[in-house]
Amino acid sequence: MVDKSLELFDSGHRACGGCGAALAARLVLKGAGKNTIVVSSTGCMEVFSTPYPETAWKVPWIHSLFENAAAVASGVEASLKKQGRTEKVVIMGGDGATFDIGMICISGAFERGHDFTYICYDNEAYMNTGIQRSGATPYDASTTTSPAGKCSFGNKRPKKDMPQILAAHGAPYVATASVAYPADLMQKVEKAINTKGPCYLQVHAPCCTGWGFEGEQTIAIAKLAIETGLWVNFEMIDGKVAKVKKVVRKPVEEYLKTQKRFRHLFKPKRQDAEIAAIQAIADRNAEKYGIDIKLKKE
Amino acid sequence: MMEITEGSHAIAKIVARCRPQVVSAYPITPQTHIVEALADYVADCKLDADYITVENEMSALSACIGASAAGSRVYSATTSQGLALMFEACFNAAGMRLPIIMSIANRALGAPLSIWNDQQDSISLRDSGWLQFYAEDNQEATDMHIIAYKVAEDHSVLLPVFVCFDGFILSHTYEPVDMLPQEDVDKYLPKFTPYEKLDAEDPISFGMYATPEYYHEFRYEIDRAAKRAADVYRKAAKDFAGMFGRDYSGLIEEYRMEDAETAIVAMGSICGTIKDAIDEMRDAGKKVGLVRIRVFRPFPDKEIAQALAKTKRVAVLDKNISLGSKGAVALEVKDAMYGKTIPVLYYILGLGGRDVRKRDIAAIVALAEKGEGDMFYGLRKEVL
Amino acid sequence: MGLAVGCRAKPGKARDNRTGSWRVFKPSFDRGKCTKCGMCMTLCPEGCIHQTEEEFVEPDYTYCKGCGICGEECPGEAIAMKQEEK
Repeated sequence: MVDKSLELFDSGHRACGGCGAALAARLVLKGAGKNTIVVSSTGCMEVFSTPYPETAWKVPWIHSLFENAAAVASGVEASLKKQGRTEKVVIMGGDGATFDIGMICISGAFERGHDFTYICYDNEAYMNTGIQRSGATPYDASTTTSPAGKCSFGNKRPKKDMPQILAAHGAPYVATASVAYPADLMQKVEKAINTKGPCYLQVHAPCCTGWGFEGEQTIAIAKLAIETGLWVNFEMIDGKVAKVKKVVRKPVEEYLKTQKRFRHLFKPKRQDAEIAAIQAIADRNAEKYGIDIKLKKE
Repeated sequence: MMEITEGSHAIAKIVARCRPQVVSAYPITPQTHIVEALADYVADCKLDADYITVENEMSALSACIGASAAGSRVYSATTSQGLALMFEACFNAAGMRLPIIMSIANRALGAPLSIWNDQQDSISLRDSGWLQFYAEDNQEATDMHIIAYKVAEDHSVLLPVFVCFDGFILSHTYEPVDMLPQEDVDKYLPKFTPYEKLDAEDPISFGMYATPEYYHEFRYEIDRAAKRAADVYRKAAKDFAGMFGRDYSGLIEEYRMEDAETAIVAMGSICGTIKDAIDEMRDAGKKVGLVRIRVFRPFPDKEIAQALAKTKRVAVLDKNISLGSKGAVALEVKDAMYGKTIPVLYYILGLGGRDVRKRDIAAIVALAEKGEGDMFYGLRKEVL
Repeated sequence: MGLAVGCRAKPGKARDNRTGSWRVFKPSFDRGKCTKCGMCMTLCPEGCIHQTEEEFVEPDYTYCKGCGICGEECPGEAIAMKQEEK
């Protein structure tokens, strides 16, 4: 068992107040423990935690480039193996680094079967460069490169299904988690690093600056994502869904209304068809993963 | 032991004797025979390394970055398009001060696509912080890998090295090569001692970013290390000569320069042809000599200026072109010769595998004597 | 003395950056209502809330950015965010 009381991500980092990614970094390190080497891709987390010489990482840490973290980690793992060392290798990449620019690298590393855990902190856009859409941006979210306008409702495509893609690579352990459920998140990290082979954990990490809400709401909004079925917390073992967080679902608009990135769906005019399309995404998630708790009829 | 072997196989054998713990590479012509041979060694337990079969060159170098930072001696090889794909990681590896050794089987860069030799690939990375050694023959290419590890891993250098040799012309040619046995390589090249490494017992952050308050100084430090590498190279090569008899300790090699009126400056396998052509021209009474650049980074400007000081003219042969400007070697030779009145002319030749023969060298010397130069040499008639 | 080779650093220096100066709203903790559940400690993105000897919680105001997650998520409503006088 890892000692989860250890603080391995130091205070003094430059993340915004209420940052979901900073909380994710802290919780991931608590789950992973101090016998861990972290490989980061370029991104918000890398930038807010490592302006020279002020590193917030109390475990060994390396950043090389935006797209190559999985390959750097492959090299770290190979080197440790040759030296007979026991540290666990954990990659921390944002959704841009994971879903988009690092995709080839990740696919190669998972196919080769390195023993590492890839953690994507998913804040659903390129936040470091100023909130541009990525392959993880949800349908209809307004970003600086998918702005809502007179003839646009924002991002035109639903989120890429990375967990399924990596499960299809034969990853022994694939899971999703959320900063709103810290015990579950830490437990999944611990499980992943103790599973041999390439494991993937995708962590929902709301971004107050990018999504447009007050920092104090980070956890509440992450919870709403799960309670509406727009984010599903699950575990897949050897490609099969083994565990799912079940909920009594709320309508998606309770989640959408909390964030400026979806404001155009309500103002100046309520866009019923678009809200219905997003509700349909949640309904499909609910059906696919069986998340609905059926209430007994009176 | 003297062996008649293909250049790639000689290099692979010696690289294995340098005992890299992690090898990561991707197939690309004309480098592939090296990494195939290394894969064989690993498969036969002749090399105790983890061989990472990456999905592209960007990942090949990235894996080396990770493995080097974790404390292993590492090796990769590439060329041309593969090196171009590594561009970003090349700057990164040097900036992170990781002593990675990479063989470059020099090849042209597209477009148009060409698998044949010139030196555009490594030359295009001249500003990346990698040291660059250029071999004339397979003996030198092979020995240089051992010296490269010694220089790169020196704690006063800590920079990666390209060991460059001409694709096909050397990589695929069978030549006799004196292969140093394992005991000799071990005697010369001790076990890798990383300056610092990723280690849970003593955590360090690698690859932090630098604000404007620091970036300038970090680049200064890399430049200073690259310049320090000149002396480290000289000493490493001298030690090598002392132990094994082959002397590569000059950053440049001078050939029949004692009273030369026309000096040729070049790099790589073309220098063998040039030496033969010089012998013939000397027999015919022409005072021609060669300055071969063995170490292009750090650039040996003082040595070059000194070697060329008493000549009447200099002809720089560039197997590359900085498009819209000049040959890259010529640019640097001109800089080394700044303030002197000796004309420095450049000739772009041998691009994309175009053969360069002794008669071409003689023709270039004749052009130089007439003061004609700064040209693409030997163009087809339809473009004239 | 030169800079660290390759832009590297050992842990500890992040603490030179006292992010408490960013704060607008300051959390104040009511020990009467605190159930010592530790939720605020777990959810603080700064990791700057610690337990005292009596197991009550106390933030390190040197680093607390005043984001308000602790106040929002405290099950006992024991944390109030108050505008700070500076």
